[in-house]
Formats: sequence, C-alpha cells, structure tokens
Amino acid sequence: VTQPPEPSTRRPQIVEKHEEAKKEDHMASEEVLADRRYTKDHEWAKFDNGEVLVGITAYAVDQLGDITLVNIDVKPGETLTAGKAFGTIESVKTLSDLFAPVSGKVARVNAALENSPELVNDDCYGKAWMIAVVPSDAAELEALLEAGAYTDFLKTATH
Amino acid sequence: VSTHATSSTPLHRTPLYDEHVRLGGRLVPFAGWEMPVQYKGVTEEHRAVRTAAGLFDVSHMGEMILAGEYAAQVVNYLITNDAGKLVDGQALYTCACNEAGMILDDLIVYRIEAKRWLIVCNASNRDKMVAHFRAAADNHCSFEDASDQTALIALQGPKAMAIAALAGPEGAALAELANFHFRDAALAGVPCTAARTGYTGEDGVEIFCSPSDAPRLWRSLLDLGAPLGIEPAGLGARDTLRLEARLSLYGNDIDETTNPIEAGLGWVVKMNKGDFVGREAIERIKQAGPVRKLVGFEMTGRGIARHGYPLLDKQGVKVGVCTSGSPGPTVGKNIGLGYLPVSMSELGTQFLVDCRGRTVEAAVVKVPFYKRA
Repeated sequence: VTQPPEPSTRRPQIVEKHEEAKKEDHMASEEVLADRRYTKDHEWAKFDNGEVLVGITAYAVDQLGDITLVNIDVKPGETLTAGKAFGTIESVKTLSDLFAPVSGKVARVNAALENSPELVNDDCYGKAWMIAVVPSDAAELEALLEAGAYTDFLKTATH
Repeated sequence: VSTHATSSTPLHRTPLYDEHVRLGGRLVPFAGWEMPVQYKGVTEEHRAVRTAAGLFDVSHMGEMILAGEYAAQVVNYLITNDAGKLVDGQALYTCACNEAGMILDDLIVYRIEAKRWLIVCNASNRDKMVAHFRAAADNHCSFEDASDQTALIALQGPKAMAIAALAGPEGAALAELANFHFRDAALAGVPCTAARTGYTGEDGVEIFCSPSDAPRLWRSLLDLGAPLGIEPAGLGARDTLRLEARLSLYGNDIDETTNPIEAGLGWVVKMNKGDFVGREAIERIKQAGPVRKLVGFEMTGRGIARHGYPLLDKQGVKVGVCTSGSPGPTVGKNIGLGYLPVSMSELGTQFLVDCRGRTVEAAVVKVPFYKRA
C-alpha cells in the first residue's frame, strides 16, 4: 500500500463559486472545497489519516434533488477499482451509480446513510461521506481534479 | 455519480418556456419537449400540491378538434369509453385502442357541442394520434390539430379553486362546476376554457388558453396564489402525484403491448355502446380473462422500484415487470405499479423486485395509494 503524500501546505478551506451561479442564486450547488479532489463524475475524494474518504459533490446533489436512498454495495475489506461502481444513490426521480475515485481496500462504510439518506442533501462534504478507502495507488489520487480544475469543469458542464 | 442524459435532437418549447427559465426550473427533454422537471425540488412541489396548490405547464400535450355532423360518431368509434352519454361541457377519460385491443393512448374527450369535440392526447403520442384521428375523420367530419394554438395550464391542489376565485368572478364560479365538466371563463382577464380535471389526485382545474395569453395567465395565477402557498410544479412532482393517485402514465404503465382490462382500465371500456376499434379483441380478452394485472405495490424492504425492474416470485423467478416506481412523498413509502400474474395479484401477496441485482421485498397493496380526504 502506497500512501499519497499529505498536501505540503494546508490551506484554509476556500469556497469557490461559479460566477454564473452567483447571479442565479444557486450558490450552494456550486460549492467546491479546496481540501479534497474531484472526479468528472462529481465524486470527491479527501485524503485523511491514511484513508481516502469518498462522497459526492454539491453539484451532484443539486442535480439529483432530494436523496431518498444510498446503497453501498461494498463491505470493509473488499477491494475497489477506480472508476468502478461501488453503490447507487437514488433521488425521488433518478438512480445514479457511485463511482470509486481511487483503487484500494474499503476500510469503512458510512452506516448512517442507510437510515438517513437526507444527510447527503444536508452535508454532502461532511457527514455524508460514503466510504473510506485505503488507497493502493497514490498516483490515482494525484490524477484527480483539484478544486480549481473541478470548478472550471463545472462551468463547461453547466453551459 | 452520473447526473445527465443528453439529447441532440432539437426540442420544442412551450409558450411558457421563458417563465420556467425565469423561475429557475430545471429543463429536461421530455417527449420531444424541453420541460421543467422541477423548480425548487420534487418533494417540495409535491407537498405544495397536496397541501396548497401547484401550477403545471402541460402545454406539450396534444389537442385535436373534430367538428361536423358525424364528429361524435367518429370520436366514439375510436375510443373505448362512451362519449354518447356526454352533455355539452362535459368530458371523459378514455383509452383509444388498436384492433388488437392494445392501448394506443389514453385521452380526455370533451364535448364542446354535439357537433364539436376536443380530444387531448399525450405529447409522446401526438403524431400517432393525429394520424389516427385524421384518418378516421376523413370524409366524415373536419379535423384540426390545434396543439400549436393551444396552451394548457393545470392548477391543482386543495387551494386551487380558491386561487381560481381570486382570478375573477368567472374563476369563482368554476367551484360550482362538477368533476369532469368544463366551461369558458375569463381568468385574470385572459379568455380560457377551464375543465375540472387533473392528474394529481387533488381538486383543481386544467385551463386551456391561447399561447400568447399563457405567460400572462401563468404569472397572474402564481401572483394571486402566492399568499395561499402556490408553487410552480414540474414533471417530477406531476409523476409522484399521479403515481400516488394511481393514475396511469402512457409509455410506463400502458402502451401498445397492454390492454385496458389488464391495466385496470376496464371501467373506461363500454361494451354496450356499439362498435369501436378494438372491441372484438377486448371481448375475447374479457371472456378468456386477463393473464396478468397491473397492481399497486409497496416496497417492504429497503429499495425503490423503477420502471423496467423485473418482479420476481419468492423463488426468484421473473413473473412480471415494474412499470412505475418512486418514493411516494405523501404516503411516506416507496411505491410502484407493475404487471403480475393474476394468481399473484391479490392484496397482500409478497414478491421481490430486482433492483439492479439487489432483490428487495414488496407486497401488493390497495390502490390508490393516496386518496384526498
């Protein structure tokens, strides 16, 4: 197991907002945190204490609407492959796959989501983390989008 | 997470498109139209309709007018319900079937006058139904596809009629109109035809007006209804509302592979009204008895059934299919409709739903899931 390096400088959390969204009063949906990395599928991955915590972004939550069910299909000890589905998330209208941002071994799953899927709407970057993975390839985490690049990606995705 | 389906086909826009954009509606492709799936959120809009009122743009639906001496016969020949019993200003819900007794569309048929009829069809079936009615009208009565000249706004909810009353004396008088009756009325100064119909399980009206007047009427109703809690509501809430009320959705619960008897629409098939398209086939189906039934179910395990999910018996053998499913915000359960063998259609029957490989327990329950007090 190769562990990715800690970011050398710990920046304070910066909330970046999409310019257009400000005008449209959709600020919350564009919230992107600088302390983690992102996939183009709108998952976030945060390296913390030897684990990568995984969840979905505010943009994804806004697109999905009211979250009604979170199904984590992996158990602690199981191996994950980056890009493969590890579960599904359902809103009133739709079902979406959850994709693993990095490969590794599942350390923990967030059992709280089983009975409180609304946590995803309330706190997608905090209490609604979905799985914790002990990453097997540091390069995978490094290859994910940084906050700025993800914010730029959202601009192209929403226009 | 995958959040988007994209489409490259050019989409139609209703006369209310700019209103949806202004209100922050999320526009999605639906039956060739760019329609708002939600504004503030499906659940919030659903609750607004159940507790106050919601305003829906359903201008994408198709409208056809048949007129002339034989218009009534043409209409009645194409539908399964009996239009012969209607009076002026009365409408009915019906199926239109093909010769095999399969459902071409579900419609509302309005008798404007004995010799003038309005048919409202699903947006997804407009081309098909226009061709079907036009062909039948040929040489017998006049036919007009009025869809592009007609906007349609649904005002639904326990406060709907109070809001209509705020739109003027003719709006107030609509409260006296019986269910499935309609009349012309000026609402907020806009000439309209208002029908006591809907697709939500709530009281309300569906209002026809000209496309050029539609934005003004839409804004007026939202402004007048604001103190009473009206919300613009999108297709998402329309779907959860109609599902709780167990109203069929064409393309999901009914289509050209389903017949009215198995779909639970036998009540809109009138065998004693004379000949109509599909009559013989439906007669045979009724005599033989349907092999499957569209049942309502609730998920007793943890999962949400979706359109197309297989339904399994307790041994895990596929026995049917889910045609509609979602959380029911008012009933507070995950609910669905699906076809099951008649032998498994009794209330309380337990079965499994294959939720993408995860089997989740479900049980047949009484419908409608929601009925207003």
